[in-house]
Amino acid sequence: MANYQGMMEIVKIINLADDVYEMTLKGEGAKYITQPGQFINIKINDSLQPYLRRPMSISDYDENTIVIVFKVVGEGTEILKNKAIGDQLDCLIGLGNGFTVQDGKALLIGGGLGTPPLYHLGKMLREKGVDITTVLGFASQKDIFYVDKFKEFGDVYVATMDGSVGTKGTVIDVMKEKQLTFDHYYTCGPEPMLDALALNYPENGQLSFEARMGCGFGACMGCSCKVKTKPYKRICVEGPILMSEEVIVNG
Amino acid sequence: MANLKVKLPGLEMKNPVIPASGTFGFGYEFARFYDINILGSIMLKGTTLEPRYGNPLPRIAEGPSGMLNAIGLQNPGVDAVMNEELEKLRPLYQDKVIANIGGSAVEDYVETAARISTHDMVGALELNISCPNVHSGGIQFGTNPQMAAEVTRKVKAVSKKPVYVKLSPNVTDIVEMAKAVEEAGADGITMINTLVGMRFHLKTGKPIIANGTGGYSGPAIFPVALRMVHQVSRAVSIPVIGMGGISCAKDVIEMMIAGASAVAIGCQNLVDPYACQKIIEDLDCELEKLGIDDINDIVGLSHRY
Repeated sequence: MANYQGMMEIVKIINLADDVYEMTLKGEGAKYITQPGQFINIKINDSLQPYLRRPMSISDYDENTIVIVFKVVGEGTEILKNKAIGDQLDCLIGLGNGFTVQDGKALLIGGGLGTPPLYHLGKMLREKGVDITTVLGFASQKDIFYVDKFKEFGDVYVATMDGSVGTKGTVIDVMKEKQLTFDHYYTCGPEPMLDALALNYPENGQLSFEARMGCGFGACMGCSCKVKTKPYKRICVEGPILMSEEVIVNG
Repeated sequence: MANLKVKLPGLEMKNPVIPASGTFGFGYEFARFYDINILGSIMLKGTTLEPRYGNPLPRIAEGPSGMLNAIGLQNPGVDAVMNEELEKLRPLYQDKVIANIGGSAVEDYVETAARISTHDMVGALELNISCPNVHSGGIQFGTNPQMAAEVTRKVKAVSKKPVYVKLSPNVTDIVEMAKAVEEAGADGITMINTLVGMRFHLKTGKPIIANGTGGYSGPAIFPVALRMVHQVSRAVSIPVIGMGGISCAKDVIEMMIAGASAVAIGCQNLVDPYACQKIIEDLDCELEKLGIDDINDIVGLSHRY
């Protein structure tokens, strides 16, 4: 597995939703991303504060650019949001296993900030001629983003917890209400959502997990989780994508 | 070119830089970033007799210039480390490594040491009597001088290789601990392990780390480590490997001035996977600026004051 550490230049910052930002990075490192669902680990600045890197999911990439989406939740993301166009970021690139594109009808299921990594995956599935349906869940109207982007691939259903847009409830409520079918589902979102999906749909799913990480490249064991197939997997190396068949619900 | 070679019991090192246990896995993870043969030695991930999954998540939190961790000695057990992990490392690293040993009872340490000290790649053992993140054993041995001496003596009796003891800073008098393990036959001391700390969620008051407490490391603890290495290295005659917050070549020099015969680099490896490589590359230049021809000449330079 090739990893890359290097500087990436910020070329674009867009405010997508409440506290949610899309940032486009340009540089040689972009070509080290080989699969949708991989992530990058960013040193927010070159001082000792914040000390650890911040893992970020990638919504889209090509040979020269990487697009990340993040929500401002603390000190690191607050600093990141306020960076200027032209600033350089020290990035570790090409981390994690990524989604495996499979034949057969695809259901993309995104929960909040778990939505972005499904976008480039959708592009690859579309290139393969796969039939795609998308379900996106958000807390409320002010949190919604990327719905139009996913409409490029096919039908998009939205759920909000407060019912302000689409179905009131969770992504699973939408799947049941609309009786959505799939050969494979691909998902990323908060852990309770992923656990509920693995419980309700234990087969043919690829689930992308999130964890607090020390390093992001397998050294610290900070993000290990129990799975059915091995004593444990590291979310940062053998993940972030786990197969539904190996996920231990609430594990 | 200054001389960087250092010699310690069981280890002939081309330079004094060693990645610290728990921040470098079993070494091979870093071979995709650089040629790890440049390292003086490698302190392996803490190894126990039986496999351990470790603590629930979250295991990591952050603080000013440092991080809090409570991994809980996750490892595949001594047999898998000897037969699988070290075999993965073998083609990538030629020099001797330091096996870090953890346990819950004296017998665990003894049996693990007896087995892993026979491995041809292992040059020395590091006895972890100071892990703050496991619920039995570990730090209890590291905070009581009699228990520390007992486990040291029993491991020494079975080990085929020199034994270093890793000391905890979470004690009233670290010099007393160092003297106790020296008397019990330790060949060296490695120090310091992490400082016990906590962080809390502002809304709920719940600890961020699932284990409640974690071990704090990073540049924030560097001055504490320097002070303790200074005190201990003055009081014992066995060598000290100094660690705790080292992040650059200048820190290495300062730690050796404090009294360390070699150094370990900890969580800087996690922030920058190239940290050890950069430190080794910079060391010669930094020594040259100070007019030092042999790195061994600065060990304990501070003791004259």
